Amino acid sequence: MAYAAGVDVGSTQTKSVIIDEEGEIVSTGLIDTGANVILAAENCYLEALRAGRLQEEEVEYVVGTGYGRYRVTFGNSQVTEISCHGRGAVRLFPEVRTVVDMGGQDTKAIRVSSSGEIADFCMNDKCAAGTGRFLGAAASALDIPLRDLGATALRSEKPVRISTTCTVFAESEVLSWLGKGKKIEDILWGVHQSIASRSVALMRRVGIEGAIAFTGGVTKNCAMVRALEDRLETQLLVSDQAHFMGALGAALFALDEILASRAPHDELARQELPYPQIRAQ
Amino acid sequence: MSSESKCADHGASHLVGRGNRDGAQLFRDWFTSLSETAEEGGQAAYVFVMGSLNEVLKSFDLPVVFPEINSLQTAVRHVAHEYLEDAEDYGYSPDICGYVKADVTMQLRGGEHPMGRLPAPTIAVLTNACNTYIKWAEIWERMHHCPVFTLDVPGTREAERTTWKGDRGFESDRRYVEAQVRELISLCEEVTGKRLDIDRLREVLGYANGISSAWKTVLDLNRSRPSLFNALTDGTIYLGVANGFRGTEPGARYFADLVEEMRYKAEHGIGTLVDERYRLVFVGVPCYPIFRRFNELFSEWGGTFINSTYLWFASGGTNRGFQYDLERPIESLAEGLLISVRDAMDSMFHQDRMLAEMIDEFGVDGIVYHPIKSCRTVSTGLADSRRYLSERRDIPSLFLESDMMDRRVVSEAQMKNRVDAFFEGLASRRQQANIA
Repeated sequence: MAYAAGVDVGSTQTKSVIIDEEGEIVSTGLIDTGANVILAAENCYLEALRAGRLQEEEVEYVVGTGYGRYRVTFGNSQVTEISCHGRGAVRLFPEVRTVVDMGGQDTKAIRVSSSGEIADFCMNDKCAAGTGRFLGAAASALDIPLRDLGATALRSEKPVRISTTCTVFAESEVLSWLGKGKKIEDILWGVHQSIASRSVALMRRVGIEGAIAFTGGVTKNCAMVRALEDRLETQLLVSDQAHFMGALGAALFALDEILASRAPHDELARQELPYPQIRAQ
Repeated sequence: MSSESKCADHGASHLVGRGNRDGAQLFRDWFTSLSETAEEGGQAAYVFVMGSLNEVLKSFDLPVVFPEINSLQTAVRHVAHEYLEDAEDYGYSPDICGYVKADVTMQLRGGEHPMGRLPAPTIAVLTNACNTYIKWAEIWERMHHCPVFTLDVPGTREAERTTWKGDRGFESDRRYVEAQVRELISLCEEVTGKRLDIDRLREVLGYANGISSAWKTVLDLNRSRPSLFNALTDGTIYLGVANGFRGTEPGARYFADLVEEMRYKAEHGIGTLVDERYRLVFVGVPCYPIFRRFNELFSEWGGTFINSTYLWFASGGTNRGFQYDLERPIESLAEGLLISVRDAMDSMFHQDRMLAEMIDEFGVDGIVYHPIKSCRTVSTGLADSRRYLSERRDIPSLFLESDMMDRRVVSEAQMKNRVDAFFEGLASRRQQANIA
């Protein structure tokens, strides 16, 4: 049995996934990225190897993804997280045609085909508004742990309207609402609604089609899921593995390489593999 | 990955790459000449790329200065930030056009420029193709007390209903432009103290005809597979000559040579890339602060720009190849200006129609939109145009936002991520098509 791995080095956390030849997840790893990106990638990968009770030599191919993909020094090639999130989401939810990925410093809206091919995508630009960092700023201002944000926000009865679109200024707006005596849950729900509004605007730029999957670390926040669903007036597909979607997609691309390498006689198929940068290395 | 091949790989002739070499030399000569004019305190006309009216100005032997070209040169030479910061210190907002701000600093520094010293304007001539032109020229008017002439060119009033010779309305538009051209001629006579020599005008128009015709041929020849030149990098050199040397004998000779070079490359299958995998069209103004690197983000994937709307609108629509009738020079000049400048505006605002038409003809694999913070004129509406085109044609596109001048809003890491994802999508799409 051969294994394939994907390592997704994000701005906040690094995720790794190892899959078998059937594309089933064998194990995962998750650590904070920190300042040493190379070490984070290595440690995260080792964590997945340990969890799967696998030796390094049993993994035939590793694909790096995320902003730190070129720091996955032990990897065989790199694919962007945009392609990886699309591929991973379609693997878990074949009916998905739109993916919204919310991470630490960016939010992506991705339109995909039935094969996971990227039809179009759009990301936040020049600004971290509408991303996980916005939630982090609010949590910091309200002195609430990130893990409690969602549950607290869902207790809201009279949400405030957060008008600022700047992550830095959001903190001062949150404090001003506190000063006006607003309840923490109402402020927090307002923050979630604000992020949902910006994310849906991003999705509209690529065109919202078919079933929608929500991926990335912020999927753990139940209020964010609800806020997006309210805004989109539809139920989102959220996997237990949503946090690992980029790494899963990277592992699936790695598996493509393993399978392709077993058919060296089919030169045409080799030439037409979708990711030329993989082939070049 | 593929890399720029240039001529060496083909062991070829002196023809290959001549356009780039000669273009660079003409540019150096041009700026040297402008420096001499500045030192001598000679006259100079400030003009813009979208309707330079070089035809009239050259007839009076007025040296022309293109502030847009001067400004972009500061970015290519990695000193734009110094110019922008000085203009902002002087009081201009960070949101104002980067070309304007770099020029303001240059004026404040007495014409100091990385390529030499530039003369102050004796006259400024502009069209309405860009709304910023009008406010920009007012700055020179205040600084240098020079006359400013604005040519108001009627644009396309109804989408997809352009008027042509013989249509009602076209002739009145042409006469409107002609009346203004005659006013400009009078102003030039006043400024230079010379009468218009109609034979000299005919001569200038003849050279302009040669350039326009050759420019159109060069752009059309890039239908070749592999493409003969990169519209973003090589094309910008050709564009500079098309603007700076319009209506001159060296300009006409350069373009005749360029056609010869392109025909040679087409006949011998010499492409701009060793391994051309994706044929792209660029929409907008280039990212000059990282000009070479920007192109490499694409060429590393085997992508090359076979055409660019920049080459259309920033040549003032002369890519249409309009030919002046030398028998009726002023009337025909007005007609040419109307058609060309109007086309330049359409290339900015309605380029989706032109792109849709060229997708099959040029074998286009994808379109790269590059809206820029510095220029709302050319960037506003690009997102809508992109959506409109995608509804009409199934063509992948990439939307990259940065700037033409200001490195503070250019993020190479973010760009690379998007470009890589774009090519991953193109490759996957090609694979799916092959399977089908």
